[in-house]
Amino acid sequence: MSNLSKPIPPAGGQNALEVEIRDKVFRGADGVDVRAIADIAFAVEPASFATLIGPSGCGKTTTLRIILGLDSEFSGQLRLPENEPRRIAAVFQEPRLLPWRTVEDNVRLALADDATDRDLSDLFAALGLSEMRGRFPGELSLGLARRAALARAFAIRPSLLVLDEPFVSLDEQTAGRLRNLLTEVWSARPTTALMVTHNLREAVQLSDKIIFLTERPARIRGIHEISTPRAERDTRWRETTLSTVAKRYSGVL
Amino acid sequence: MALEAPSLSAPSVISRLAPGLVTLASLAGLLALWWITATFADSRVLPTPPQVAAAFWRDAVSGEMEFHLAMTLMRVAAAFVIAMVIGSAIGIALGMNREANRFFDPWLILFLNLPALVVIVLAYIWFGLNEAAAIGAIAVNKIPNVVVTMREGARALDRDLDEMARVYRFSTVKTLRHVVLPQLQPYFAAASRSGISLIWKIALVVELLGRSNGVGFQINLYFQLFDVASILAYTLAFVAVMLIIEFALVQPFEAYSTRWRPKRA
Repeated sequence: MSNLSKPIPPAGGQNALEVEIRDKVFRGADGVDVRAIADIAFAVEPASFATLIGPSGCGKTTTLRIILGLDSEFSGQLRLPENEPRRIAAVFQEPRLLPWRTVEDNVRLALADDATDRDLSDLFAALGLSEMRGRFPGELSLGLARRAALARAFAIRPSLLVLDEPFVSLDEQTAGRLRNLLTEVWSARPTTALMVTHNLREAVQLSDKIIFLTERPARIRGIHEISTPRAERDTRWRETTLSTVAKRYSGVL
Repeated sequence: MALEAPSLSAPSVISRLAPGLVTLASLAGLLALWWITATFADSRVLPTPPQVAAAFWRDAVSGEMEFHLAMTLMRVAAAFVIAMVIGSAIGIALGMNREANRFFDPWLILFLNLPALVVIVLAYIWFGLNEAAAIGAIAVNKIPNVVVTMREGARALDRDLDEMARVYRFSTVKTLRHVVLPQLQPYFAAASRSGISLIWKIALVVELLGRSNGVGFQINLYFQLFDVASILAYTLAFVAVMLIIEFALVQPFEAYSTRWRPKRA
């Protein structure tokens, strides 16, 4: 743990993540076009944490997939944080671990070829996975598997971290613990991060910037900046902020 | 449920204590049945176990048995490797490419339904009575089955894991080794399981029709001599060899490659 707070060379890209999606249409199986995204444009400053919030099916995951390069059929443009070599880490809704590899192998496989023997003990310790390194994912609870997915994302020291509802379908206590772990590991080495969530509390606790999206086809509904340092975000502050935000963007809570 | 529980756990205790014992008793029962029937029938066409054992011993001591077993085993092994490699490559390619699959599917159905005998006879006519034709004919009989199984496997590949590999920039070799092949392992295991048993049966026919050694050749020879004891001796010896391969090679390999699966209670 102590090693995590040691000064580490600045992470994240030199420039912001800039996303500009002017149009994204899906062709359904029945041949009918569904317009998922109408117009989204936002930027995430280097080494800051942004959150996308919007109703179900509004194109949040689609936005992330476009940023991850998994979907290239859209009009618009992207500017990813530059960093040589460019490294993007993703934490998906499901942990997406290889069931036939141990937790440690899953994490190490994501490392670039010149970094495969990197010491990961501190990272595993910080995420409470020290005992689980030799286990197979099938032996882990969902909460632990999510931690392993977080470990994989942080292990590669990404210039951009993308999280797609990483705490969904966990009980509130486990999710809360994982959120604190995420804050802790991320703060030790801040990297440009973009997270999708349904949970406004989660967004308020973790983000520097919250981007609200409208119903499909998605547009930007508003952007809420948070400047309070994470350490000062106590329960009272959180409740006040939540009610302020909820008042301005009805229906998000 | 409560009533069912004891009756369910009782046999499981026995089978856990002595799984080998059950197998042994079962085989002993079969042997006894054979022995009794043969004794009562008292016929030349159904020899008793000791007569078969004597025939086995005679050919084993002379070294003839070992030679013919080795020849058949060599053909089985060569055909197996060829069939698995070619069949897997075609199967994976067809599973991943819909257009290719649509085009080649009729070919596959044709080859699947081609009688083994036709393939063997044509191979001997076209390529001569040689080892390459024999092994090739065995492999061609097996390839379509491997293709069908591996195609299913390639179709069922997990897209989520593929995306994960792309995001984390896995190289092609890394993706193949750590993401794709482990997913295909159960299909590969199924294809090789059914493959070995099919291949050795076809191998005997191939030997009978066009080779001058191997278990198939010997069985044909003893068929002409009407020596049923020797026919059974060769058959049982080869079955024993295949069982040893199953237990000593196939099962340990499978246990190793599926060690990550959570154990069922």
